[in-house]
Amino acid sequence: MTAGPTDTATLEPLPPPEPEPPAPRRLPPARWVRENLFNTWYNSLLTVVLGAALGWAALRALRFVFFGARWEIIQTNLTLLMVGRYPRDQLFRPWLAILIVSAAAGLGAGLAARTAPRPARWDAFKRAAPGLALLAVLAAFARTPLPALLVAASVAACLAARTAGTRLPDKAARWLPLVYLGTVVGAYLALTAGGPGWDSWGGLLLTLYLALGGIVLSFPIGVLLALGRRSSFPAVRLVCVGYIELIRGVPLITLLLMGQFMLGFFFPQGFPRPGLVVRALIAIVLFTAAYVAEIVRGGLQGVPKGQSEAAQAIGLSPVKTTVLIVLPQALRNVIPALVGQFISLFKDTSLVAIIGLLDLLFVAQAITQQPGFLGQGLQAEVLVFASFVYWSFCYSMSRASQRLERRLGVGER
Amino acid sequence: MLRAAFQVAFVVLVGALLWYLLGNLRTNLRVSGLPTGFDYLDRPAGVDIRDSPFRPSQPIRDAIVVGLVNTVRGSVVGIALATVLGILVGVARLSTNWLVRKGAAVYVETLRNVPVLVTIIFMYTAVVLRLPPISRASEWLGLIVFSNRGLVVPWGVAGTGARAFTGVVGGAFALAVIVGLWRSRRFDETGEPHHRVLWGGAVLVIVTAAGYVAFSRPVTLTLPTREGRIVQGGIQLGPEYAALLIGLVLYTASHIAEIVRGSILAVPKGQTEAANALALSGFQRLRFVVLPQALRIMLPPLANQYLNLTKNSSLAVAVGYFELTRITGQIIANANPAPQSIAILMLLYLALSLLISLVANIVNRSLALETR
Repeated sequence: MTAGPTDTATLEPLPPPEPEPPAPRRLPPARWVRENLFNTWYNSLLTVVLGAALGWAALRALRFVFFGARWEIIQTNLTLLMVGRYPRDQLFRPWLAILIVSAAAGLGAGLAARTAPRPARWDAFKRAAPGLALLAVLAAFARTPLPALLVAASVAACLAARTAGTRLPDKAARWLPLVYLGTVVGAYLALTAGGPGWDSWGGLLLTLYLALGGIVLSFPIGVLLALGRRSSFPAVRLVCVGYIELIRGVPLITLLLMGQFMLGFFFPQGFPRPGLVVRALIAIVLFTAAYVAEIVRGGLQGVPKGQSEAAQAIGLSPVKTTVLIVLPQALRNVIPALVGQFISLFKDTSLVAIIGLLDLLFVAQAITQQPGFLGQGLQAEVLVFASFVYWSFCYSMSRASQRLERRLGVGER
Repeated sequence: MLRAAFQVAFVVLVGALLWYLLGNLRTNLRVSGLPTGFDYLDRPAGVDIRDSPFRPSQPIRDAIVVGLVNTVRGSVVGIALATVLGILVGVARLSTNWLVRKGAAVYVETLRNVPVLVTIIFMYTAVVLRLPPISRASEWLGLIVFSNRGLVVPWGVAGTGARAFTGVVGGAFALAVIVGLWRSRRFDETGEPHHRVLWGGAVLVIVTAAGYVAFSRPVTLTLPTREGRIVQGGIQLGPEYAALLIGLVLYTASHIAEIVRGSILAVPKGQTEAANALALSGFQRLRFVVLPQALRIMLPPLANQYLNLTKNSSLAVAVGYFELTRITGQIIANANPAPQSIAILMLLYLALSLLISLVANIVNRSLALETR
């Protein structure tokens, strides 16, 4: 291997900018069909066979959704599906939380919109489509105009905050993390302060709470575990590796069973036993921390060694090197992976239905046993509804994470 | 010196915490009148396992073994089917045919974003249990019988000499591998075409056929035939097993499809162009240039999906298939100590996970690029 001019690479002129990608070809419809559907004999065969099969399936699905399905089971139980047994005279609390969160989301979107390139109108619509579809479905199932009005108010608050966000001075963006923190605390207080305890939470509210609580609480533990796994102390490394690999080797349901049956045994005699929701949350946090640790470890490995060496050279202590130099770079690179972990946690919260928590899936199954609907075979209706709710959340988040990945340029530098 | 002191203090702290928790555990077990050891495994299980010769009077340890076998039965079949479906869908996402591409994309984006538990329960309550009753069961080509009692598929029935025949098939496999290795060596030494798959396959088929004739039909294939409400022949897969398998396979295949697509796209474009420059045919380009490199990229995430599928098989607890988790839950419900039962459950899953990781690592190492 010849000695390349690697150490003077920074002095070389920048490479010429990449040529613009060619504009997509616009074909007349007839040629488009010929090139994309019937270009070879086997593609023609595939198109005909698959087209017939997909068309039939789509027809069956549409017939089910618009004519066959008996959606009154969802209409009757919509509140139950959304909040479970949350006291009905306290419902203003979730609505207040939704208002706070949507305003903050609007503000964040407005601030972000100033730096990011403005998406084309069609792209913007495609991004919002799953969420809008969910809102439309929920509004269609609501039997009184009040929820629709409140949803409209939230959307209006979101749009107003977005407009305000685009107008704010540049310095305001610095306070955004504080605004988000305030939002989380505010929404949480709106739901809990003087309100019902966790054990009366249910439905989608409980699903969201477990997923958000799980990721937020497991994050610091996961970072510590990741640092411990890369520690220079063999004993610390051993303990962290043991914990991470043990947890990653077992399914979440065994940890939830542990929370249900076993956690109480570890408390001293006479210690007050926490409720089932808290025990499930502990199991979820213990579980997620191991996965977060592996994600953060990946980020730590991606930080070039020169960074910590440079920090040492200017005399930073090991702790300061980690906290000020290495971790910020590592965490920035793993944001998309953390969003992915959050999505999978959001889906995994459905497992708490097995240990008897009233989450979205549990309520969906339980309402088919109501006297008015028992034995009428409405499982397809409720499960399709629950799937759609899960899908619209996960799909929007995974799309957002892909965009984030492109914007952060992970894996490109 | 300071470093050593810190580590000792850390280990002592972790050890003390564990000791404290275990002490609480023992005290609480004793107060609740539950056994603190593992002797309870010899008690009768009192669990009725459907589709199994297991009797409730058999000890708990046997019930756990039955559960383990059922977990493996779900995982192995699931892994095989999910791999096939995942590769098909992943390749379909790269098709030049717009309809195939979009159909595969819709499948992936739908199944991937719905919890696998919801899919499994949907398959159970809204699909398998809604199949026609056994008296009006639908039959496909006389091979598969569908009804709400599950499905019946063709299966081999062992006759006399089946055991010896199994040995012969095993020997044929070994012989085929040896012949394949010999052909590879010949190829390395002389450069003559190796055709090792052809040679090995021929050896396998000839030896197996000879054994089949020599032991006068040791295994016969029975097709399911339905008369009224009774299905004769074949092997019955219960509705719970069928639902679990369909749910797991559909979910995992959507993830595998993304891995396959990503790995094929990750093979540098220059490789394809070089293959074209060498005038390789489309098949040769895939078989000798693109796929071997894609496989190397694909393997670690694929092994991860296999691990996930095995762990997700525990979700069968929601539809009542008697695998490890469900049986453990029933054992706990029969007033047996929960901590020990859950510890055994976790250790068994951990062992399964480590086994899969081990196999994946061995395969991975044999495929890894040899670099300096």
